[in-house]
Amino acid sequence: MKWLLLAVIVVATVLGDLLQSYEMKRSGEQAANARGLARLLRMIVSRPFLFLGIVCMAISFFAFMALLQAAPLSFAVPASAATFVLETALAKLVLKEEVGARRAAGALLVLGGVVLLAR
Amino acid sequence: MCVHVSKLKTFGLVLAVVLLNAVGNLSMAWGMTHLAAIALLNPLDYLKAMLNPYVALGIVLLILWLLTRMTLLSWADLSFVLPLTGLGYVLAAVFGRVFLNESVTASRWIGTFLVFFGTALVGMTRQKTPAVAGDSQ
Repeated sequence: MKWLLLAVIVVATVLGDLLQSYEMKRSGEQAANARGLARLLRMIVSRPFLFLGIVCMAISFFAFMALLQAAPLSFAVPASAATFVLETALAKLVLKEEVGARRAAGALLVLGGVVLLAR
Repeated sequence: MCVHVSKLKTFGLVLAVVLLNAVGNLSMAWGMTHLAAIALLNPLDYLKAMLNPYVALGIVLLILWLLTRMTLLSWADLSFVLPLTGLGYVLAAVFGRVFLNESVTASRWIGTFLVFFGTALVGMTRQKTPAVAGDSQ
């Protein structure tokens, strides 16, 4: 059960983040104020990809809650944190982001740190 | 719509995103512990849980977290944002120590150090890959 939930979390998180990042790159820099946030709410309902991304985030959230009932935090946190290695690779391959040695090394160090923190 | 956002401003928003997530989760968890009796099996139980003020506050904060994170993703690369928001794990560990009296072991200190070091490394990189001509907007 815990592996099934973990698979759901990984797929939903990766898809949710990629869709959001793709749409937010397309939309240009948004203002970090009340009007900007209201604009984002409207964008969520008017852009299907963005809406799908938010649905994925919700699925990931509830699957994580369920995972916490089925497995200890020391399994749930590092296992789901592993998504960001996958996401960093896909950000380079799919979103064409510049991921140099420094950024890749930093991401791996953060992952290592998260695994140690959850022990 | 293509204003250049300074790195300092981006770091400020990263901090806001991390804090909203950590405080939102804490508030939800705090409220949920007082609802341990209910099973959360049917949708009605979820609605009941939302009536708890801590759970409600948590939900509001997590919605704000989602929106500010989207703003952040419009300013910077996904591969830049992800490791930086990993600082949240350190904050969660600190909250665990303060509110749940968990002990801080050596491996947690090392973990905290690794997260900060990794975050600093990623923070030094260029926050946004320039758009290829004809590819933006």
